[in-house]
Amino acid sequence: MNKILIESLSLQYSDGTESLRNVSMGIPANQITVLFGPAGGGKSTLLRCLNRLNDLTEVRASTGKILIDGENILDPKTDVIALRRKVGMVFARPVALPMSIRANLTYGLELAGEKRRSRLDEAVERSLRLAAIWDEVKDRLDDPAIALSGGQQQRVCLARVLALQPEIVLLDEPTSGLDPISTGKVEAALQELKKDYTIILVPHSVQQAGRTADHAAFFLQGELVEYRPGQEIFTNPKDKRTEDYVTGRFG
Amino acid sequence: MKFSSSTRNLLQRLGFGALTLMALVTVAPIIGTVIYIFAQGGPAMSWEFLSGFPRDGMRAGGILPAIVGTLYLTLGTAIFSVPLGVAAAIYLAEYAPDNHWTHLIRIAIINLAGIPSVVYGLFGLGLFVIFLNFGTSILAASLTLSIMTLPVIISTSEEALRAVPQAFRTVSISVGATRWQTIRRIVLKEALPGILTGVILGLERAAGETAPILFTGAAFFLPRLPGSPFDATMAVPYHLFVISTQVPEMPIQIQYGTALVLLIFVLGMNLIATVIRSRARARRQW
Repeated sequence: MNKILIESLSLQYSDGTESLRNVSMGIPANQITVLFGPAGGGKSTLLRCLNRLNDLTEVRASTGKILIDGENILDPKTDVIALRRKVGMVFARPVALPMSIRANLTYGLELAGEKRRSRLDEAVERSLRLAAIWDEVKDRLDDPAIALSGGQQQRVCLARVLALQPEIVLLDEPTSGLDPISTGKVEAALQELKKDYTIILVPHSVQQAGRTADHAAFFLQGELVEYRPGQEIFTNPKDKRTEDYVTGRFG
Repeated sequence: MKFSSSTRNLLQRLGFGALTLMALVTVAPIIGTVIYIFAQGGPAMSWEFLSGFPRDGMRAGGILPAIVGTLYLTLGTAIFSVPLGVAAAIYLAEYAPDNHWTHLIRIAIINLAGIPSVVYGLFGLGLFVIFLNFGTSILAASLTLSIMTLPVIISTSEEALRAVPQAFRTVSISVGATRWQTIRRIVLKEALPGILTGVILGLERAAGETAPILFTGAAFFLPRLPGSPFDATMAVPYHLFVISTQVPEMPIQIQYGTALVLLIFVLGMNLIATVIRSRARARRQW
C-alpha cells in the first residue's frame, strides 16, 4: 500500500540550481525508503516538497502531483501547518532550538494548542524513548539542549519530530555529522520506528543506504534513474549509471 | 628591499608604537572631557541642584524642570519610535522581499540617519507644531525626536534579527509553526538583547539633542513642571545651551553641573546597553 504517490513531479529553483525532472514514484507505508545519489541530484529537494518546506525557498516552477493518503499536497488549498505536523523532518545538521531539551520537544505540541502538562510530559518521555535518547537525558530535561553532544542533539531532533506523532518522517542525511556509534543508534531507532511510521531517508553514504533500505531510489541530476524494492539495486543494478555509482566509479 | 632581522624588528616596534600612540590620541579627548566635566561640575552637585527649581534668573537653585523634561522627552520618544522601529525592522528582516521597493526603503533609512538634526527640528516645526497644531509641546518634540531616532532603531534591530540563525526558523516552521509564531517565540526572543541595545543607543542620542527640540518643544524657562503632553518643557541639553550663551554672569559651576547631569544620564544609558549586551552574549546558546 503506497502512503505517498509522486506523479510527474518537476521543479526548478528561481536561481536555476537543483531541480527535479519528471519524477514518479510510490512510497510504501511502514518501510524505510532510501533516496540516494550524488550531491545536487534532487533528493533533498524532493524531501522538502513532501512537507512543503520548499515554500520558504523561491521556486520557479513546479508541475506534477504529490498524493499523500490520496490528497494532492501541492494543491494551494492544502493546510500546510497540518501537513507539517503529519510529515516531520530531521535535518542534516542537528539544530537544537535555543531552549531546554523539554521545551524543544513540547514546542510543536504547544503551537498545536496542547496545554495539558500531563500530555506534554507523556509526549516528552514517549518520543525520547522512541529516539533512543531517554536514558541519556531523563535527568536533565531542563538543561539547554545545546549542551548535549551532536549525536545526542540529533536524536533529540528526531524526538522533537516524533512528539507530534507524525505519520511520515523525512530524514535528510541525519547522521552526516555524527560518529559511528551515534550513527548506529539513529539507524537502530529507525528500524524500530518503521513499524509505526513511513520513513524516507536520504543517507549520507551508499553504505548507509545499503544498511537501512527496504526500498531504494537512485537520483542523478534531478532524475529518478532507478527505483527498486529491497536490496536489489545494490547487488544487481539494472542501469549502468546506478551500477557505476554503487560500485564507486563516480560520486 | 631587504632588511636585516634587527632592522625589521626595529621597524615592527616603531609600527606598533605608532599605532598605540594613535589609539591613545583617539581615547584621550574622551577621557579628558569626562574628567574635566566631573572636576568642574562636581562641586555644583547637591540635593538642591537636582531637586530644586532655578532661582535668580537661573543663576542659582536647581535644574529639576530640565531633568524631568528630558525624562519626559526620552519616554515620549520611546513610546513612538520603539514600536514603529522594531516593527519596521521585523518587516525588513523577516518579510520584505528583496526587490527595488525594499531597496528604496533601505536607502531612505540610511539617508534619514544622515540628515542634520536641526533640519529635523525645522521639519517638526512645520509638521507637528504648525500643521498638526500640537503647538510647542512635549508631544511635538517627542515626535520630532522619534523620527530622528527611527533609523538607528531600525537598522540595529534589523541587524539583531538577521543575526539569529536561519536554521532556527526552518526548524520552527517544519514542526508546524507559522511565520509569525516563529518570529514571536524564537527570533524576537533571541534578538531582544541586540534590539534593546539599539533602542537605548538611539534614545541616548535623542536625550542629548538640542536642535530638534529647539523649535518644537523646548522652553527657555518654566516656573513649574509640565502638566500634559501639550505643554512645552525645559530640557537638560537646551538648558545647558541657554545658561551657557543666553544668560550673562552665569556661575560657571552651574553650567558644568548641568553638563555633568547630561553626561551621567547618557553614560548611564550607555552602561545599561553594555551590561545587557555582555550578559546576553554570555547566555546565548548559538
